Amino acid sequence: MTNPKQVHTLPNGLSVHLKEIHTAPIISTWVWYRVGSRNETPGKTGISHWVEHMQFKGTQNFPAGILDREISRVGGVWNALTHLDWTTYFETMPAHIFDISLTLESDRMVNSEFEVAEVERERTVVISEREGNENQPLFLLSEAVQEAAFTQHPYRYDVIGLKEDLNTISRDDLYQHYRRHYHPANAVLAVAGDFKTADLLKKIEDTFGSIPSSEPLNHHIQPDPPLGLENRVHVTGPGETSYVQIAYRAPSASNPDFFTLTVLDSLLTGPSSLNMFGSGGTSNKTSRLYRALVEGEISVSCQGSLQATLDPYLYSIYLTVHPSHSPDEVLSAVDQEIQRVLDSPITTAEIDRAVKQARALFAFSSENISNQAFWLGYSEMFASYDWFENYVDHLAQVTPEMVNHIAQTYLHPDNRVVGFYTPEGS
Amino acid sequence: MMKTPIYDEHRNALPGPDDITRCELPNGITVLSRANFNSPTLSIKGYLQVGSLLDPEDRLGLSYLAAFGLMTGTARHDFQSLYNEIESIGASLSFSSGTLNTSFSAHCLSEDLSLILGLISDCLRSPVFPEKEFNRQKTQMLTALAIRAQDTSAMASMLFDQIVYAGHPYQHPEDGYTETVQAIERADLVDFYQRTYGPKKMAIVIVGAVEPQQAVDAVSQALGDWSNPRQQPLPEIPPVEPLQERTHKTHHIPGKTQADIVMGCHAPDRLSPDFHALRIGNNILGEFGMMGRLGQRVREDAGLAYYAYSSLSISLGPGAWEMIAGVNPVHIDETISLITEEVRKFVTHPVDEEELADSKSYYLGRMPLLLESNSGVAVSLLNIEHFNLGLDYFLQYPKLVQSITAEDILAASRKYLDPERLAVAVAGP
Repeated sequence: MTNPKQVHTLPNGLSVHLKEIHTAPIISTWVWYRVGSRNETPGKTGISHWVEHMQFKGTQNFPAGILDREISRVGGVWNALTHLDWTTYFETMPAHIFDISLTLESDRMVNSEFEVAEVERERTVVISEREGNENQPLFLLSEAVQEAAFTQHPYRYDVIGLKEDLNTISRDDLYQHYRRHYHPANAVLAVAGDFKTADLLKKIEDTFGSIPSSEPLNHHIQPDPPLGLENRVHVTGPGETSYVQIAYRAPSASNPDFFTLTVLDSLLTGPSSLNMFGSGGTSNKTSRLYRALVEGEISVSCQGSLQATLDPYLYSIYLTVHPSHSPDEVLSAVDQEIQRVLDSPITTAEIDRAVKQARALFAFSSENISNQAFWLGYSEMFASYDWFENYVDHLAQVTPEMVNHIAQTYLHPDNRVVGFYTPEGS
Repeated sequence: MMKTPIYDEHRNALPGPDDITRCELPNGITVLSRANFNSPTLSIKGYLQVGSLLDPEDRLGLSYLAAFGLMTGTARHDFQSLYNEIESIGASLSFSSGTLNTSFSAHCLSEDLSLILGLISDCLRSPVFPEKEFNRQKTQMLTALAIRAQDTSAMASMLFDQIVYAGHPYQHPEDGYTETVQAIERADLVDFYQRTYGPKKMAIVIVGAVEPQQAVDAVSQALGDWSNPRQQPLPEIPPVEPLQERTHKTHHIPGKTQADIVMGCHAPDRLSPDFHALRIGNNILGEFGMMGRLGQRVREDAGLAYYAYSSLSISLGPGAWEMIAGVNPVHIDETISLITEEVRKFVTHPVDEEELADSKSYYLGRMPLLLESNSGVAVSLLNIEHFNLGLDYFLQYPKLVQSITAEDILAASRKYLDPERLAVAVAGP
């Protein structure tokens, strides 16, 4: 029912990744651009995400609202996401009507208009999105931690952008950002689902082939120097609940250390789901931090986050502080658990268990066509599809010595920022 | 007649009497199963007739906490060994309680079916609610309530329920209030469990890489001999009295940046003849595409909100029809006015034929997406059972959708939605 993926590059530089899956009459189309908050300059934070919003405002061929209607009326879903390294647009559609995905994505790759009135209406929408985030204590905390974790690298700002920049970015700023980053050589088209590869490739050549090529962009950004010293940030806000975020500088996804840190994260805070759509995760009640902190009634929850990124980013542990304990006690308990990893090596059995969990989660991730198309393109944004296909095998190669080495290299206080969110007046 | 290519070309892909196995066990459990061997996985979902409707007034949150406690320890497993069984194989299992049901959901590799059913059986039949775990879970729940108190969206929604369901059991949140949860003791949990949990009217659905008869046999083996002579049925659900006037309430949460607005009215139950008309109507009002007419007016035209949409919650008891937006506090009044204008327009003029055709087409076209994954099929089969829709529901579905007219939508909406008698709830700084 599933054929191996096929890769093609059009003469204009567009990289095309296709995977036939004939389990349901559905096709999921994703266009990935190598542009995210990583490609922003001071004063223009949030511009990539705002450009993404503007891409729904229509073109001369498809005026605003028409696209939405065309997709929704056949039961399709479409949306877009902006992250640190990338922006992506997707449509998951009934197979018999999916051609419109190619037509609209090729059209808005070059023909979006960015009318001034639309830009101004969207300014308040994006600011409203940010204000919704500001209502959440963990957003306020993670934004402060992120800024403290980097001095020069654009990873220091959240994708949504600073409010002062959202107030001043102009229509021309947005349009220039769009024109600079939206072209075939800076994009990956990933399609998975119920199609014949040869037929689809012909359609893709017909729709995307005539878009002029541009020079590939230089994507190198100098990483920040090591932190050198532990940095602490304190955020206060409304509420009764305290939170702690411990953020270590982490390796990039293409660094082999990433897989070892993934295993370590699995042991500390539980395995990560590979399924962006639908079910297929597992709980983390047997992880070391849950047992020590949540069962020990020092925190009421704990969660880890290791993201696959182009440049070294952060490995974060988030904890909700137990009402009868202090944030400092939570930090100290986490440090004791990390020290335990360093003092008494983990066992092969623990690694085998993490690998088995990953294998099951990998199987769940293949249940859904949108998820398969997602990985087809997403993995290309920071490594290649092989990274995803060999994910479980990479984890299986991790040894207790490697985990110990990674814990020593990355999980030491001089490599981290600790953020505390405490209620005002506490 | 509207063309429905999905139905014409892929009729065999839709669940129907030919490929759904349904079986009632002697103890009252209904099992439904459908095979899908495209991936080696299973989705298992089910419900029991235990909900917050059974909570005593001074112990609101009891059913919620009981469902939470099922996995804290059983006669055969303590907390850690139970989760070790589940997490070691990368599976998931959880229980949660709503107003009318306690539901469970599991995901596993097909080779682990018996193991997971054994654990579901263990949790349902022999929970011991260990004292230490109970105290820990109670603290976790109280922390969750403290977090809820700071969540403008959750608090606006609670306030809305207090207005629309005033004097009705639905006025209370399923997870209770700080003081009612604080009052719950372990003995309350044990007593609640003993008199409410049982196999009568329980349903379980298994979808994925297993032959349906094998799934039925496995459920029968795990749960077929369960009985509880004390099992108490749910009480009758009283009707909801419509609001007599527009009622506006505000809840202040100092220090927040954005306010949430929830406005609307109560809605009928799932078996109401108005169901399909209201669902299509709601889609036009605040869902279709980028949130229908409300999204167009509040977000696209006025630029006031990141989200502005409507939601129709319909179950076996009274439902709710909510119009929701998150806005800067200076825009609250303007947003409420815009939404009210759209509601007034909606109950004054029939929807356009074009809008109606688009929405119908959306409901028919999206079926393959809804039914793509095992969990999507499992949810659908569970709904078919819960609402007694019949195994041929998906095959009848096009007729049900296509029969709806603009006049049906107008007539059904007018029964519930009145711009002069809306509930308006706002939570924000």
